[in-house]
Amino acid sequence: MKIIVCAKQVPDTNEVKIDPVKGTLIRDGVPSILNPDDANALEAALAVKDANPGTTVSVISMGPPQACTMLHECLAMGADDAYLLSSRAFGGADTCATSTTIAAGIKKIADYDIIFAGRQAIDGDTAQVGPQVAQRLGLPVVTYVQKVREFKKGSVVVERQLEDGYEVIEVKTPCVLTCVKELNTPRYMTISGIIKACEETQVTIWNENDVNLPPEQCGLKASPTQVMKSFTPAPKGKGEMLSGSITEMATTLIAKLNEKHVL
Amino acid sequence: MAVNVIVEKCKGCGKCVKNCPFDAITMEGEGKNKKAVIGMGCTNCGQCAENCPFDAIEKTEETVHNVDITLFHGVWVFAEQRDGALMGVSIELLGEGRKLANEIGTELCAILCGENVDGLVDELFAYGADKVYYANAPELKSYTTDAYTKVIYTSILKYKPEIVLLGATHIGRDLGPSLAVKCGTGLTADCTKLEIDPTDKKLMQTRPAFGGNLMATIVCPSHRPQMSTVRPGVMQKAEYVKGKKGELITLDVSFKENDIRQKVLEIVKNVGEVVSLTDADIIVSGGAGLGGPDGFKLLKQLADKLGGTIASSRACVDAGWIDHSYQVGQTGTTVKPKIYFACGISGAIQHLAGMQNSDYIVAINKNEAAPIFEVADYGIVGDLYKVIPAIIEALG
Repeated sequence: MKIIVCAKQVPDTNEVKIDPVKGTLIRDGVPSILNPDDANALEAALAVKDANPGTTVSVISMGPPQACTMLHECLAMGADDAYLLSSRAFGGADTCATSTTIAAGIKKIADYDIIFAGRQAIDGDTAQVGPQVAQRLGLPVVTYVQKVREFKKGSVVVERQLEDGYEVIEVKTPCVLTCVKELNTPRYMTISGIIKACEETQVTIWNENDVNLPPEQCGLKASPTQVMKSFTPAPKGKGEMLSGSITEMATTLIAKLNEKHVL
Repeated sequence: MAVNVIVEKCKGCGKCVKNCPFDAITMEGEGKNKKAVIGMGCTNCGQCAENCPFDAIEKTEETVHNVDITLFHGVWVFAEQRDGALMGVSIELLGEGRKLANEIGTELCAILCGENVDGLVDELFAYGADKVYYANAPELKSYTTDAYTKVIYTSILKYKPEIVLLGATHIGRDLGPSLAVKCGTGLTADCTKLEIDPTDKKLMQTRPAFGGNLMATIVCPSHRPQMSTVRPGVMQKAEYVKGKKGELITLDVSFKENDIRQKVLEIVKNVGEVVSLTDADIIVSGGAGLGGPDGFKLLKQLADKLGGTIASSRACVDAGWIDHSYQVGQTGTTVKPKIYFACGISGAIQHLAGMQNSDYIVAINKNEAAPIFEVADYGIVGDLYKVIPAIIEALG
């Protein structure tokens, strides 16, 4: 089998802090990481490879040249090759334009059986690029995959997570599956993997010409949505300390929560 | 819109590099010739332009006209049903959609897919829909990406709504992206606020990014429909007016072989208390102040009363009082419920990292100096074993 994994390098948003005085983001020292859901996608692909010798796993990403670090990490975990779509022309892309670019890269890799992607990236949380890549490639998609049950000839049976349970879905292959963290526990890089990734395997870098995309189909120019403004939410001030007897405080609390329509 | 550096004005101070949330700006050149260069990570958020002391960064409008946007009218709400019951978020969207439609001066419509869910049509009218587009077919009984995308895309093409709203449920977040690509338009995910620009009636969609550390207002100026998914529980539900009627438009639905490539074999509902903390609306969480594992029984009573789930701080997990899967915080789960009750939790920074984006935080602690009160919306100083029963009592 040939598997493609879509991955993104993201800032570790858990490490992002807000400057309490200026209300701006402090990004100093925030590490860039492999997006967590994408690590689950890669692990799902590598598990297939473990069970089916001869399977190859290719990782594809779009981003600035620094994203090579993340791709090397994927190689060290066990991926066979890695591709980075990187060019100024891709800048300012919304999810719509991003999916066009990634789909073009996947078309160039070609002959895949399954594409795994993370459900969403922690910097944007949109969960759009996976299903959009599927649409652009004309492939069926199942999102929120929490378990891969069985590979059949021409289809795969998966569990799709719902808010209150799950669905068992059989989907025709080739297809796109987007993965949630419940799917598996991503493996660590191995020493031999790291050595191999550093010494032997190179990340292939493609620009818009390499994947046959005219500039007007890339980046900002191909993005229907635009950011009108962005702002840091007003820092949360210290809240209200309730007073009175315990019964009074409890009653006040419920009244206040009712007022805010959260109960 | 694009962000550009005005080279003549740039002094190379590097402030934009520090302020860029996306690490997209670099300084190039040496010494006095250092200039900011915007890289491909740029999302045009404009933080750099706002923070540049020399006004050397500008945000410019870029207009691309692909469709005649004047042909599109009406606000559509995807009426999501499961097992023949309307999802709460769809009623919230009808409430919000009504406001938007009134501001634009247009009609509010619902699009309903299912098998023999005729009863929901009247319900949608009662919740304020002027029109209901109804697709009735056995293939639409349970949601599949392909079937729902085909039916709704065909209707969008025919009836041309200017706005399409979907709940940011596991279904809405699957359907939205597929529809948007089919329609060749944009989609803004997980919106928490929707407004109409009074000058040109376009939809302004505000959503959190960066784990809630940054808010962005997104527009879709030259493509239609303007599509948003909206987080459940954010908007006000529409009022139910019994007997209100509207216009029913029945959609022709037919599927060919291979139109639907996903087949739902089974739908399994969770039983018992297996609740994902990330999706919980209400979390009652306990810390060292519980004093022992039995404390969670009391928290469970409150959680059950509110339809929520229990969680814990690291202290309780380390003490062996509760399983790690309940842990909220840096090394546990990050949660964003509507209400987070922190009971006997002091509020270590690692815990706060996992829950400070909750909509409302209620802190209950004996120690009035506990740092948890710094982030709480409502604080109660007292013994949780007395306070929680009082809250349960007050809930009636």
